[in-house]
Amino acid sequence: MKKKIIKSIILLTISFILGIFFIGLNKSSTYNTKDLIGSKISKIQLIQLSENKIITEKELKNNDFTLINFWASWCGPCRDEHPYLLKLSNETKLKLLGVNFKDNKKNAKQFLDNLGNPYDYITTDNSGKQSINFGVYGIPESILIDKDLIIIKKIIGPINKKDFESIKKTIE
Amino acid sequence: MKLKIIIIFFLLQLNTINAKVLVADPNIIFKNLRCLICQGQSVADSNSEFAQTLKLVVKDKIREGKSEKEIYEFLIDKYGEWIVYKPPFNKVNSLLWILPYFALLIGGLIIMALVKKRSNR
Amino acid sequence: MLSNIGNSILFLSVLLCFSIIYYSFQNLKTNKDSITKIIFQLCVLQSTFIIISFLTLIAGFLISDFSLIAVYQNSHTLKPALYKIAGTWGNHEGSLLLWVLILTLFSFFFLILNKNHSKNYRIYTLIFQNILILGFLFFLLFNSNPFSVISPEPKEGLGLNPILQDPALAIHPPLLYIGFVGSSIYFSAAIASMLSNYSGKLFAKSIKNWVLVSWSFQTIGILTGSIWAYYELGWGGFWFWDPVENASLLPWFVMTALFHSLIVLEKRNLLYFWVIILCILTFILSVTGTFLIRSGILNSVHTFANDPSRGIFILIFLSLMIFTSVFVLFKKLKINSYNVNFYSKETFVLINNWFMIFYLITVMLGTVYPIFTEVLNDSKVSVGPPFYNTVIIPVVIFFLFFMSIGPKVRWIKDNLKNLNVILGILFFSILINFLIFYLFKSYSLISNFIIISSFFLIFSSLIDFVEHFKNHSIKNYSRIISHMSFGLLVLFIGLNHNFSLEKDLNLKLGEKITFEGYSLKFEKLYLKEFKNYKAIIGEFEVNNLKDNFNLSLYPQIRIYENPNTLTYEASIKTGILKDYYLTMSNIDRSDYYNVKFQKKPFMIWIWISVILISLGGFLRLFKNEKKNY
Repeated sequence: MKKKIIKSIILLTISFILGIFFIGLNKSSTYNTKDLIGSKISKIQLIQLSENKIITEKELKNNDFTLINFWASWCGPCRDEHPYLLKLSNETKLKLLGVNFKDNKKNAKQFLDNLGNPYDYITTDNSGKQSINFGVYGIPESILIDKDLIIIKKIIGPINKKDFESIKKTIE
Repeated sequence: MKLKIIIIFFLLQLNTINAKVLVADPNIIFKNLRCLICQGQSVADSNSEFAQTLKLVVKDKIREGKSEKEIYEFLIDKYGEWIVYKPPFNKVNSLLWILPYFALLIGGLIIMALVKKRSNR
Repeated sequence: MLSNIGNSILFLSVLLCFSIIYYSFQNLKTNKDSITKIIFQLCVLQSTFIIISFLTLIAGFLISDFSLIAVYQNSHTLKPALYKIAGTWGNHEGSLLLWVLILTLFSFFFLILNKNHSKNYRIYTLIFQNILILGFLFFLLFNSNPFSVISPEPKEGLGLNPILQDPALAIHPPLLYIGFVGSSIYFSAAIASMLSNYSGKLFAKSIKNWVLVSWSFQTIGILTGSIWAYYELGWGGFWFWDPVENASLLPWFVMTALFHSLIVLEKRNLLYFWVIILCILTFILSVTGTFLIRSGILNSVHTFANDPSRGIFILIFLSLMIFTSVFVLFKKLKINSYNVNFYSKETFVLINNWFMIFYLITVMLGTVYPIFTEVLNDSKVSVGPPFYNTVIIPVVIFFLFFMSIGPKVRWIKDNLKNLNVILGILFFSILINFLIFYLFKSYSLISNFIIISSFFLIFSSLIDFVEHFKNHSIKNYSRIISHMSFGLLVLFIGLNHNFSLEKDLNLKLGEKITFEGYSLKFEKLYLKEFKNYKAIIGEFEVNNLKDNFNLSLYPQIRIYENPNTLTYEASIKTGILKDYYLTMSNIDRSDYYNVKFQKKPFMIWIWISVILISLGGFLRLFKNEKKNY
């Protein structure tokens, strides 16, 4: 009897492990930070591009929703998502905060002059250090937060049509 | 006599060890962080944009007087547990940390049992 | 053309497998003591066919026949011939053909070299080995065919990833495969042994050389992988606890446990079922490792082009293997009472197994844990070097002590008379550690213990060696060499870890920087064209300020066109005491270059230690052979 129990336990363990492997096969093995949806953004200190004003979380608490968008003039995919950002800037409930990432002022200004400026606030992150506070690891990356500074959406890579529509849905 | 000398040696050594390792070493921290863009590489080994930025931030944090552990906690908060190569001990990871020692213990007990059987006869 | 040849030969091989299995069962039914000639003939034919199909694929790579997908995807006309050949096993499909080749050759040699053993045992081994061959042939033909064609035929191949074009990596897969694919033969033999009741000492005798061969090759195979990582990846490390590396280590642990236990089985006729379990486990872990790597279930530095359908095939195959062997084992398993005395060699062999299983469980758990959290908890974790170091290193200290004392202990029963010698060696080891600690550089407590215990092992082995030499008995020199070299390996890794210097710098052309007794100057930067790549070469002058030692290093950034990749080539100056290691990479949108300077002591000695460890295995093999004839 005792032997039978041990044998069944061994068989069950093996089946369990193999089962996990089987399910694991269909999961993606690459990581992204989408797991962080639901966590809160804190300790924000962003310097505005044009004037020497600092933007902190206080400012963002007044908005219903804020989309924080990391971009740079040297980043190709940022051009692809720009039209969607322009469209989003028409939304009343949504404010756009652009963070200019590791860029120089002149190029950044030119980029916006040529393509249009969708941002309500434009800030700069010369060294890239601020991006770490937001959990950003490659640009473009966009974070949608609500009034309570909780992350409700993370878009890694350029915003596409699907993302655009889902943002619109979320803020309504 | 010999044993005494050995013990004295060790006590001496313990002293030298306590004096060290107060400031966190950035190189060690870099090695324990996983680069998110390159997936299989540590931040120390990577030369991606992200790794370079992260190195700056870690150095800043050390300058601010943050300990190694605090830096890991900060980064886990921002990027998730994936970023550290040493999973923190918590409910999900407890088996990972306990099972090896548990196996070691069981193995030891089995050997003891085998050996004891003989001595009893 | 080549594709047709290859495919038809593989198809014929499948038929041969079936006929070998059929005739083997026929042979089992008869009462004759010998194996019928037809089986030998079929086996010769089978080996020949598989060798021909492998040569066909090599030919495909050599003449750059791009009508074969495998060649098209992994080769290029401009590639040197060595890497064209190495390209054969540098990809998934070709490496599987190498699997089948090794399975077949081991099957053949096991059959003809074990003439003195019982017929039924040999036949059963042959049957199971052929079932394995059949399984992999099916995998090859239906999922990963190296002879698949592409049409229209492309004019040029896509080329082999340049970081894979390295001499160490060219020989790495064959060596490693002889190791862990070779373990298939004692998997088959273990099941055959249970089914034919051919157990105990005779079984141990029949497989011990096979275990030794696979272990020695596995060791060398792991080494070549490490050397490649050190020279080619440009990170300065040689072991990253990456899933791919772990997969090669898992069977190694079991093999090591196995051949220690085999000694007990051979000399004292104990631990039969434990040996069986280890035999089965070795190959199961080899296949599990292959599953983990090839299926893409894990995230690794060494990306094999992966495809979940492969994963499913290997997983099904793996499950069949496991359940079959567990079923047979449960049927035959008898728990015997063991006679083991506390202070005897048997106990120490058990202790060796105890530690090996601990390492195995730790590395296995660390490797697959992310899969479990992902599936069960939907969260992703990374298990890397700091985990393994924290868990394993403290245990290694005890392991080294047991490893030093174990071999000195006699069989059955011994007393503790050589305690004084042991204390003497311990004292001496502590003293040396102490000298290093105070004269050169202080290090952590755990490093102290590591260095003491490794010295302890080295000195114990040395004394052992001298005693053997005095008695003119060279009985155990192979064991002494392996044990001592293992001590050396741990020692040099310990010293390397504690005394390496690493500097991560951002430099501009012409800039000079001074740090910790060295100065580094970025002298020149120039572009050079090579046959199949362009290189941006930096010239750096390293100056050791203490002994005014000068050295120029030339790290490169290489731009390859086929395939279009950028690689960073480290410039390494290898020395007897230390290596200097310099890598350079460009920082986007800036004049600065990221330069990593490393001083790595005793690198070459780490390689030498591993070579010596496996040399011990080969010497033992040689000795066993001499004894038999």
